[in-house]
Amino acid sequence: MSVTTKPVNQKAWFLILPVFICVAFSAILPLMTVVNYSVQDIISPERRVFVGTEWFAAVMRDQDLHAALWNQLKFSLAVLLLEIPLGIALALSMPAAGWKASATLVIVALSLLIPWNVVGTIWQIFGRADIGLMGATLQRLGIEYSYTGDALHAWLTVLLMDIWHWTPLVALLAYAGLRSIPDAYYQAARIDGASKFAVFRYIQLPKMRGVLMIAVLLRFMDSFMIYTEPFVLTGGGPGNATTFLSQYLTQKAVGQFDLGPAAAFSLIYFLIILLFCFVLYNWMQRLGQTEKEGGHE
Amino acid sequence: MSRIDLDLAHSYKPNPKEDADYALLPLKMSFEDGGAYALLGPSGCGKTTMLNIMSGLLVPSHGSVKFDGQDMTRATPQQRNIAQVFQFPVIYDTMTVAENLAFPLKNRKVPAHQIQARVGQIAEMLEMSHQLDMRAAGLSADQKQKISLGRGLVRPDVSAVLFDEPLTVIDPHLKWQLRRKLKQIHHELKLTLIYVTHDQVEALTFADQVVVMTRGKVVQMGTPEALFEQPAHTFVGHFIGSPGMNFLPANVTDGALNVGGLGLSADRELPAGDLKLGIRPEYLRLVPVGAIGALPATVRQVQDIGTYLLVTCDVAGQTLKARLAPDATPPAVGERVGLQVLGEHTCYYKNEELMA
Repeated sequence: MSVTTKPVNQKAWFLILPVFICVAFSAILPLMTVVNYSVQDIISPERRVFVGTEWFAAVMRDQDLHAALWNQLKFSLAVLLLEIPLGIALALSMPAAGWKASATLVIVALSLLIPWNVVGTIWQIFGRADIGLMGATLQRLGIEYSYTGDALHAWLTVLLMDIWHWTPLVALLAYAGLRSIPDAYYQAARIDGASKFAVFRYIQLPKMRGVLMIAVLLRFMDSFMIYTEPFVLTGGGPGNATTFLSQYLTQKAVGQFDLGPAAAFSLIYFLIILLFCFVLYNWMQRLGQTEKEGGHE
Repeated sequence: MSRIDLDLAHSYKPNPKEDADYALLPLKMSFEDGGAYALLGPSGCGKTTMLNIMSGLLVPSHGSVKFDGQDMTRATPQQRNIAQVFQFPVIYDTMTVAENLAFPLKNRKVPAHQIQARVGQIAEMLEMSHQLDMRAAGLSADQKQKISLGRGLVRPDVSAVLFDEPLTVIDPHLKWQLRRKLKQIHHELKLTLIYVTHDQVEALTFADQVVVMTRGKVVQMGTPEALFEQPAHTFVGHFIGSPGMNFLPANVTDGALNVGGLGLSADRELPAGDLKLGIRPEYLRLVPVGAIGALPATVRQVQDIGTYLLVTCDVAGQTLKARLAPDATPPAVGERVGLQVLGEHTCYYKNEELMA
């Protein structure tokens, strides 16, 4: 039976209808609502004025937004630069088999099971100068540490919290990548007299490329949308030191009820994430282009 | 280059008690410097274990490995200066073909101009000179395996090169070519080559000395000719040859040989008791019924294999196979014939071991 002579059957549309309805309600309709808000000035439920791209232009000029975006970019970059190498190092030092491997996996995964707002609370207490383990210890050491008063301290604490919370995810992904390397590669490297670094550089790292790509994308997207933890820990302060994009957005939409600008910014936010992911994904794909071409491992 | 002496046993289990717990039963053997050897046996017979013990990837649970009389049991592959090629291609994805071939030399800090010369030489041998600057990851499986072979051969000063079924993923026509190449390299470089395979044709054409193994035991080490003419164990007779050796139960009482209820006169002295006759299909002759010293048999099947005719006969409840020249006139199926089982090529086995 040849594939090209399949009968045309329009009934198949009914089969994808449920999916279509779900997607419409979960993504398309809410998104259209946002689009709707972004081009109107809603003065009261009865009175609305079409304003075109005015909100977009206003949002783009907003100094607070620039600060939040800059903050966000620095933060996401720092997250990637620190969490990816740390996660790889952690995965490399984890035992490969036996009960120790299972125990380590559970312990490493523990922080991933804690809800976001609890993570924020934990670090709020952990960092307190009077009773928190970290805060009090730093005070004893003579460092005037205060995440509520010092902008840099606040920013670093949020970063440290994210590293603590999410490095295990990178480690687990890298670990899965490491375990899928056949023994023959390590044996061949021993025969070839490769150093530990050469094994990492020429075997482990190239073989982990796929999972690391997923790790980079996940960590980028997540850190770019970070909200709950800094909200609980610092509330965006002191000043605007830890106000990231999503928090800026919430202040606009919920705090000041500026639905128009908030909607316009939501769309921009969405496009920024999409653009970054597109660039990152293509860049990493390009890196491994030649590996894709060879079929058999 | 060196002579390798093994006197060891290996078990993957911590406390081996019975023979079945051992991957390698106690054995003692030597590989001479510059020889071409094959380890031949079915899957799971312990040949890869033996290879890994020689290369240093595995430390034997009992006994020792010596290189030129020096104890190397716990030495790393690097200290032993061994090269090994694995069953499936192992290449470094991010490197070019040339970088892959140069990798073992580079790790040993060989000067750059020497590396370049040697890589060029090996690439030429493997007919890969035009691919040197290509990314290794983009090549086909057999090209990748050629790179693996190249990495095994690139170091000129190795003690031995070990091959673990290296041609499994290679196309048949290329297999012949590469095998010939390896043989040629052996003659040119005089390296000690040890080749693991479960394919008897591969083993017999490649090696000067073939080691036949089964169930963790070395049953015979000898030239291809010796394995064919004088199998030391019924397993060797059965495993080598196509089809394998015929075996017939027999019995000696008062100096007379009984086979299938018929008294025959052997051409040599045999001890009393039960034994087995082994005859290669090549040496089993069809004669008219009732000829002196022939067993009566019924022809069950005649197959034309192309280069020979294979005649399957029933003799006293046993099945025997005979190879005839392709131009011989085969007997008809069901015909009664005589089979001449005794001759100078007939082997006699007691407890599966060759005795005369």
